Amino acid sequence: MRKTAADPKGVLEGSHFLDGDHAIAEGALAAGCRFFAGYPITPSTETAERFAERCPAAGGLFIQMEDEIASIAALIGGAWGGQKVMTVTSGPGLSLMMENLGLAVMTETPMVIADVQRAGPSTGLPTMPAQQDMMQIRWGSHGDYRIIALCPDSPQECFDLTVEAFNLSETYRVPVFIMADETVGHMHEKVVIPPAGDIEVVQRNWYEGPKKDYRPYQFTGKDVAPMVKAGDGYRFHITGLTHDERGYPHLTVDQNEKVVTHLIEKIDSNADNIIRLDESEVEGADVVVVSYGITSRIVSRAVQLAREAGIKTGSMRLITIWPFAEKRIEELAGKVKAIVVPEINYGQMVREVERSVAGKCRVVSVPHCGGAVHDPDVILDAIMEASK
Amino acid sequence: MHEVRFSGFGGQGIVRCALITGKALSMYDDKFATMTQSFGPEARGGACSSQLVVSESRILYPYVTLPGVLIALSQDAYTTYEPKLKDGGVLIYEADLVKPKEDDGRVQMYPAPVTRFAEELGNRLFANLVTLGCFAAITKIVTPEAMKKALPGLIPDRFLEINKKAFDKGYAYGLGLLENKPLVTGDAQ
Repeated sequence: MRKTAADPKGVLEGSHFLDGDHAIAEGALAAGCRFFAGYPITPSTETAERFAERCPAAGGLFIQMEDEIASIAALIGGAWGGQKVMTVTSGPGLSLMMENLGLAVMTETPMVIADVQRAGPSTGLPTMPAQQDMMQIRWGSHGDYRIIALCPDSPQECFDLTVEAFNLSETYRVPVFIMADETVGHMHEKVVIPPAGDIEVVQRNWYEGPKKDYRPYQFTGKDVAPMVKAGDGYRFHITGLTHDERGYPHLTVDQNEKVVTHLIEKIDSNADNIIRLDESEVEGADVVVVSYGITSRIVSRAVQLAREAGIKTGSMRLITIWPFAEKRIEELAGKVKAIVVPEINYGQMVREVERSVAGKCRVVSVPHCGGAVHDPDVILDAIMEASK
Repeated sequence: MHEVRFSGFGGQGIVRCALITGKALSMYDDKFATMTQSFGPEARGGACSSQLVVSESRILYPYVTLPGVLIALSQDAYTTYEPKLKDGGVLIYEADLVKPKEDDGRVQMYPAPVTRFAEELGNRLFANLVTLGCFAAITKIVTPEAMKKALPGLIPDRFLEINKKAFDKGYAYGLGLLENKPLVTGDAQ
């Protein structure tokens, strides 16, 4: 893994008053993304607009595709053409991307997909927030696989986590999701973009050996093989079929076990290095609220009110959604009375919490149908109830 | 801590109002500002509001819950949001487009014919800058210098001067309103 400073051409150093969507585009440019293929959809379009406007000066390319199926297909091509690549979408577009998400996972193609979530199902509420795609990104494509997902709660974090998403994507050759939502996407706050020299960027691991020895895959379950650019004279193959180290189809149960185990283990065995949490007063708490994204900022008020009411309340914000912080949740379960999980869906990540807790404490879901954030009082009531 | 709501219909520059003010505060007045907005799928004509939370420290909860300042540029916006304005809060409304109920003293009312002023300057599109001038003069939440610094990038360059003029017009008018009806400050704003 080669880390360098960011390419100054992509870095809009300074303080800005930006919305989350624009901050995602700036994060991508700072991380060295120079190819963006997408199809506009509310509430994510501003990211595409910003990238399209800014990328020529950084030497990048933006292409508006005919739909989201083609968009993610173009990313696979762009990545194997040698670029860091990204797209942005929302619910309906994300659904269309599921088939090629599997192809990206199987071919171990690094890419970043920002999902600015809106309320569904179907076209739902285009201009209103939700957190309803958390399970879709994890399970939406067929077969067994892993992806990485990060969840920003502010425009500043949209910038920071997009840079991190590219770094993780290059490190593990895996699609990485930015799970924003309409509120964070359209919320404006101050965003500070550091000088290029202070932004750490993971560069692609390019193969440097003799051409005849190049292998695009290695199935170690830990590290990933270096990449090359298509068209540079290497002989290799990229397919969604179960493949060998050269990438050619190898359709046996034994090979499938090697490939699928690798796809899963390269993430699971590195989970401790990937997972980031933001905890507050968790030690000694009776109730811990586990939340992510915009909901965490609503939780901040509910937790403050609960503490004022004398309830020992901790807060854990999941910055990394996938891989899930199961070890830490399990550890907490032995120490607290209850874990409260508010989310803008009818109970998605709460299932992961329940699975990790395995009956060791109460788990209280605080669902929301989408279209708005929670009323902090509803979360407060759940904390009060859970503390009894 | 201040909570401010700008409201009207799509096309009046409601979102831009909060954007300019938020940028002015967070980049030039050394404050923290979080701006959120709500709008429908229509580009023009639908109900529109934008909200700004202003604080001396980092803002966690990003929403306006009980605003101390309401700017209402349409009757619908007034009807929807006036009841949600804090007691003693400041209401700045479009004098020609909003017919408020009788002043019962619950809130501090400042009428301003911002669209007419904008038309006198050549285009009703400048109404939002006239509004911001009134807002800055009456509430003092943001400095006029910061507001003007915030304009480049949010207003096309060729319209900068005329928009500054619109702001000044609103600012002077707002100061005039204050002379007749001094603001009672308290924790309401």
